[in-house]
Amino acid sequence: MIINHPLLGPRDSAEFIYLGDAKLIDRPNWQAPTAAKDFYEYAYLRDNPAGWHDELWFHEAGDRSWLVVTRNTLTHEISNVALARDVARLRGRSK
Amino acid sequence: MNQVNRLKGGQIDRSVTHRFKFDGKTFEGHQGDTLASALLANGVRLMGRSFKYHRPRGVLTAGSEEPNALVELRNGARQEPNSRATTIELFDGLLAKSQNRLGPLKYDLLAINDRFSNFLTAGFYYKTFMWPAAFWEKVYEPIIRRAAGLGSLSQLDDPDVYDKGFLYCDLLVIGAGPAGLAAALTAGRSGAEVILADEDFRMGGRLNCESLTLDDQSAPAWADDVVAELKSLPNVRVMHRTTIIGAFDHGIYGAVERISDHLIVPDLGKPRQILWRIYTKRTILATGAIERPIAFENNDRPGIMLASAIRTYANRFAVAANKKIVIFTNNDDGHRTAKDLHAMGVEVCGVIDVRADAPRSLDYEVLHGQVVDTKGRLGLKQVKIRLENGNIRSLDCGALGVSGGWNPNVHLTCHQRGRPTWRDDIAAFVPGVDLPLGMSVAGAASGIMSTTGALQSGTDAACAALSVIGIKSRAITIPQTEDAPVSIQPFWYVRGCRRAWIDLQNDVTVKDIQLSHQEGFRAVEHLKRYTTLGMATDQGKTSNMGGLAIMAELAGTSIPKAGTTIFRPPYTPTAIGVFAGRHRGQDFHPKRLTPSHKWAKEQGAAFVEVGNWMRAQWFPLAGETKWRESVDREVLAVRTSVGVCDVTTLGKIDVQGAEAAEFLNKIYCNGFAKLAVGKCRYGLMLREDGIAKDDGTAARLADDHFVVTTTTANALPVYRHMEFVRQCLFPDMDVQLISTTESWAQYAVAGPNSRALLQKIIDPFTDLSNDAFPFMSCANVTVCGGLRARLFRISFSGELAYELAVPTAYGDALIRKIIAVGAEFNVTPYGTEALGVLRIEKGHAAGNELNGTTTAQNLGMGKLVSKTKDSIGSILSERAALTAPGTLCQVGIKPLNPADPVIAGAHLMNEKGPIDAAHDQGYVTSACFSPNLGHAIAIGFLKDGDLRLGEKMRLVSPLTGIETKIEIVSAHFIDPQGERLRA
Repeated sequence: MIINHPLLGPRDSAEFIYLGDAKLIDRPNWQAPTAAKDFYEYAYLRDNPAGWHDELWFHEAGDRSWLVVTRNTLTHEISNVALARDVARLRGRSK
Repeated sequence: MNQVNRLKGGQIDRSVTHRFKFDGKTFEGHQGDTLASALLANGVRLMGRSFKYHRPRGVLTAGSEEPNALVELRNGARQEPNSRATTIELFDGLLAKSQNRLGPLKYDLLAINDRFSNFLTAGFYYKTFMWPAAFWEKVYEPIIRRAAGLGSLSQLDDPDVYDKGFLYCDLLVIGAGPAGLAAALTAGRSGAEVILADEDFRMGGRLNCESLTLDDQSAPAWADDVVAELKSLPNVRVMHRTTIIGAFDHGIYGAVERISDHLIVPDLGKPRQILWRIYTKRTILATGAIERPIAFENNDRPGIMLASAIRTYANRFAVAANKKIVIFTNNDDGHRTAKDLHAMGVEVCGVIDVRADAPRSLDYEVLHGQVVDTKGRLGLKQVKIRLENGNIRSLDCGALGVSGGWNPNVHLTCHQRGRPTWRDDIAAFVPGVDLPLGMSVAGAASGIMSTTGALQSGTDAACAALSVIGIKSRAITIPQTEDAPVSIQPFWYVRGCRRAWIDLQNDVTVKDIQLSHQEGFRAVEHLKRYTTLGMATDQGKTSNMGGLAIMAELAGTSIPKAGTTIFRPPYTPTAIGVFAGRHRGQDFHPKRLTPSHKWAKEQGAAFVEVGNWMRAQWFPLAGETKWRESVDREVLAVRTSVGVCDVTTLGKIDVQGAEAAEFLNKIYCNGFAKLAVGKCRYGLMLREDGIAKDDGTAARLADDHFVVTTTTANALPVYRHMEFVRQCLFPDMDVQLISTTESWAQYAVAGPNSRALLQKIIDPFTDLSNDAFPFMSCANVTVCGGLRARLFRISFSGELAYELAVPTAYGDALIRKIIAVGAEFNVTPYGTEALGVLRIEKGHAAGNELNGTTTAQNLGMGKLVSKTKDSIGSILSERAALTAPGTLCQVGIKPLNPADPVIAGAHLMNEKGPIDAAHDQGYVTSACFSPNLGHAIAIGFLKDGDLRLGEKMRLVSPLTGIETKIEIVSAHFIDPQGERLRA
């Protein structure tokens, strides 16, 4: 596969390490009353869709960016690649 | 009988004669021959034995789809089994042996299997060798393996080199037949970057095999001209002997280029083969079509071939498959073979056509009927024909050309799970709509079977593909040539036949397919697995279609409804060596050497691989014959004087930024915010699920600057994890990370004399006294008169100890300096074994304990997990199941009898009671002999271990029959108060 890195352009997927569902960005609040349940779901419950999926990939043999890659798990088509840091900000993880 | 079947013409170079040996007998052929064509030229039809029944077999095809003519090529270390005689280029001195036989090829002793064929049907092995179960591995399997099978391996190391490479292009054209050549020429003239790859050593595809003309040129001459023009274009790479083995995601193709397979040995410095990864914007698949046979009784005798193969041998290789040839066909293409043979003076004894409206000929007899049986044990002698009126006729002949129609070679269109679609008019599957990204298909591969159509579709496909990527091009002028329509009547097998072969390589017959249907294995995937149809090295290129057509008929469904099995890479058998490339032996993976490696080698150190690192394991002195002698000495030296160990391999991560301390608070379960500058602290990292991930120390060199260390093996994963936390969880935290593992050479200097030794290395203005530089201090210092260095007073051994880091380039000099100035203390280098003993004596957890199943509580560090801050894993580490009574807790273990050994992996059982999994109390993770205590010691995990100190237990290993009485003790075997390391 070829991942179109937002900073570096198209790169072979062999340069990357795969982590999984980009929901891992949405780490719960440790002080919430439901923290125990929230963290349990965060750590263990993931969607495994046959189709479009936001995934975390790490450019380990490159610039060490974490990326959110929107990939169709059936066809391997990639529709979007973004810096995970930007996605995290969009999802309200800025201080 | 030298080349008795050689004809005139062809594309062989008669000025070059090659002598070769097949089964010990010497023959001659010419440059441009394949092994198969040269053998046929010499009148050799029998080339092998079949897989299961050991039936005599000859060559079926003239290409890489060959199921029958498999040989062992070359001898010695270069012997290669299962080589297809149809693709082996003849070279002088070639050696080949038929395979899968016991005794001479003509009198194979295992041909007895053929007599028992009634018992050896599909599923035979599954049904028969069921009982007794223990017999399978010891008795049945070895016998079956010896009887059934393919060529043998030399068992020697491959002496040749294989390479890997990367190529980039605008357009990849796969196949250099008429469609591929037209596409490549169109694109080449436009200036696009083009790669043209063909598996053959001669480009042209079917153009080389036909008696056609293109305008006023012969087909092969036209192909030669086009190839010459393509080679003259700097933007075109013409790759002979190159098979595209797979179509992968996003326009990536795998290709194997056979650089030296056609030579007796590779030229000096040249690889045998190259595995290319081709990145292309667009692809034109022009892989042509493969003719398929028709099944009839005894259709597997040597001499029975595809009609197109007979035509190829005649036109391209100037070889008559035999003096007397019969053709059996269901379509017009079979007649083309008859015409060409007749024109070349070969006797065509008859053309049998299943169609009533078959074209007639004045030159030879055309019979309306079917071949119902054949004769000739080691080679075809006669075919028996049932005419349409029911009469039986026999024709004597030595070769029978069979044409059941042509299958477009859709293989690569399906590598991304595309499914082919059925076309009734040509009775074949053609590429479906879901093609791999950027691929289009031209010529016979797309079902366009005429030469004119192939040329036109090739040039059109190139123009269309280039326009998509913004390159302007013009269609080439198509030469005047053949443009015949396909005329075919689908016909798969002769009714009533039983021992009629569908898959010649795996010996699957019509009867086996009927049996598969009868027993309920009707889906094509079940059919394949039950009968092994299409599972041989040819992957059913000539057989799958026939098999599934018969199954469709038996199941009362249509061929497109029955569907095909899934095509998978590689397209043809590919040597493991080319996948390995240079990654073999010493170069299997990168080797990382520590800065003291050269020095350690000079000392005669034994090395051990840790991750990719080579670490010194121990340093034997003269007279030491057993590793334990060296290790015990090294351990005692550290405890009594001073030792030095290269710890460069530990991961080092530089953490800088205004919020560096806050960041460490997130990744470590214990607190770091209040760590003073100039101090180190032990840190335990958890995974988000509360399990321990890694541990190490973090040193605060400045307010905004920490150095984090990780274990050797986890250096990469921990760095990755820290970047994840930084970028994904706290994207605006003011902190930066960089791995500095390889920037610093680091040595542990440990033992009561370590301070005295370091005072001679570290420049004098650094006060090393216990008051000025106490345990867990760190500082930037200089050594040896001004070299910048980092000093950490940390201890893994439990002794007064330091770790000293200098820039990597000075690592070698520093170890030599330490040894030189430490001579007065008898400084002793120690390796990973002594390191292990020292840390077990102190009860320090390492990789064996941080094994991915243990929590901070298991490790006796439950109190370390801060509850007053947010850190990775802190919430889930509190889960009830991880903290409930009965939780494993790290303990020390010693044998009651000091002479008894303790082994890691053994389990702890109560002093009384059964020994079984239900009564398991825990297990040993690390064990060693302690030279300081004089007996074995271990650390491990025991249920409620912290409450069971002093308990007597049994240490058991039912697998190895060990049962030892032991006592549970504190894991701190040496200096439990930690007085030494604070001295």
